[in-house]
Amino acid sequence: MEIPYTVREREDTGLYNAKLGIWLFLASEVMLFGALFSSYILLRVGASPGTWPHHLLNVFLETLNTIVLILSSVTVVLSWAFLKMNQFGKYRATQAITILCAITFIGIKSFEYRDKFLHYEIIKNDGTIVDGHLIERTKDYVLIHPTPPHRESAMEKQAEAKGVSNPSEAKSPEDTAHATKSVEATAAAKKEGATTTNPAVENAGEHEEPVKVMTSDIKKMENYGPWHNTYLAIYFTLTGLHALHVIGGALVIGYIWGPGARMWKTEPERYTNRVEVSGLFWHFVDLVWIFLFPVLYLL
Amino acid sequence: MSSAHAHDPKAEIRRFIIVGVALAVGTIVTVLASFINFGTPGANIVVALVIACIKGFLVAGFFMHLVSERVMIYTILAATVFFFAGLMYLILWSLEPTSLMHDPAALIHIR
Repeated sequence: MEIPYTVREREDTGLYNAKLGIWLFLASEVMLFGALFSSYILLRVGASPGTWPHHLLNVFLETLNTIVLILSSVTVVLSWAFLKMNQFGKYRATQAITILCAITFIGIKSFEYRDKFLHYEIIKNDGTIVDGHLIERTKDYVLIHPTPPHRESAMEKQAEAKGVSNPSEAKSPEDTAHATKSVEATAAAKKEGATTTNPAVENAGEHEEPVKVMTSDIKKMENYGPWHNTYLAIYFTLTGLHALHVIGGALVIGYIWGPGARMWKTEPERYTNRVEVSGLFWHFVDLVWIFLFPVLYLL
Repeated sequence: MSSAHAHDPKAEIRRFIIVGVALAVGTIVTVLASFINFGTPGANIVVALVIACIKGFLVAGFFMHLVSERVMIYTILAATVFFFAGLMYLILWSLEPTSLMHDPAALIHIR
């Protein structure tokens, strides 16, 4: 049985069915991301000023990732325009760039995730905190490369100007108190020439050499995975869900571009519609990222 | 991206490229603006969200062709905007200092 309205538009809706379907799907997606955004707003506004640790993320890398995604959106819409002009070769070339952009985006995102999973916070028995990236871990000791100080955003400076300290890893009032204590302990340790540091509040740039922490001195050791604090939990949820959309979109675009391209010879209009529908989904993924990027990385 | 609205493909291609460049510039402006002190945290949030909204309009309006789409799609989106705005209103309402969420005693009384 032939599927109706794959090319011709219905009289009542003025659309072919797949287009109506994708817009209904995108409407439901808006609500899905909207619910997660609202969760983020509640968590962000509920955090004490200066305690939201978004500086943990690499703004430069994600700016690059945003531009990669924008480029992919341009190539998607260009590929559709080329199909409309019956230029299949140009469609193939531009859509290949889209797929490469998707792979690049996921690659950069994976690099960022890996960085978080190698980034550790070690609380020692004496209350001092060592924060940095894992170099080596043995049965007897852990070798950490201390995190350099971050460049403060305008909002962090405003929080600081109001006299709010910046114990970035704080998750609750209790944790804030603990972090403040550890700052004092760190200052004392520095006077004694110790190599422990809390880079979020101290001049970690002074400690560029790797720090060796004996296993027997470690009270708690945890990486910056989603379990570390509420910020990272919502960060991984939002960016993870978005990354799944990128992967899903790239798979569909890749299928239409590769094995599905046979349809161009038999049903070119239907094929063009498929490209259009997959493109609409891709633009939506781009649209979500346009809001995710400033909210997660900059504010 | 409706075929009914693609008048001059070459002009459209030029427009898509211009929009793409505008989006890239908007991204860089967003990052730079985050390091400028606009006085209050609220002002910085507003600036970032205004830029994001402009970029969002460019993607939805031109890449998704919402500037010239069918009534049916506007109807679907109107319903979405209604529910999305309702969701955001609930969030903003809960953040109001007078909200019951900030008065646990009142919540216990209601229960």
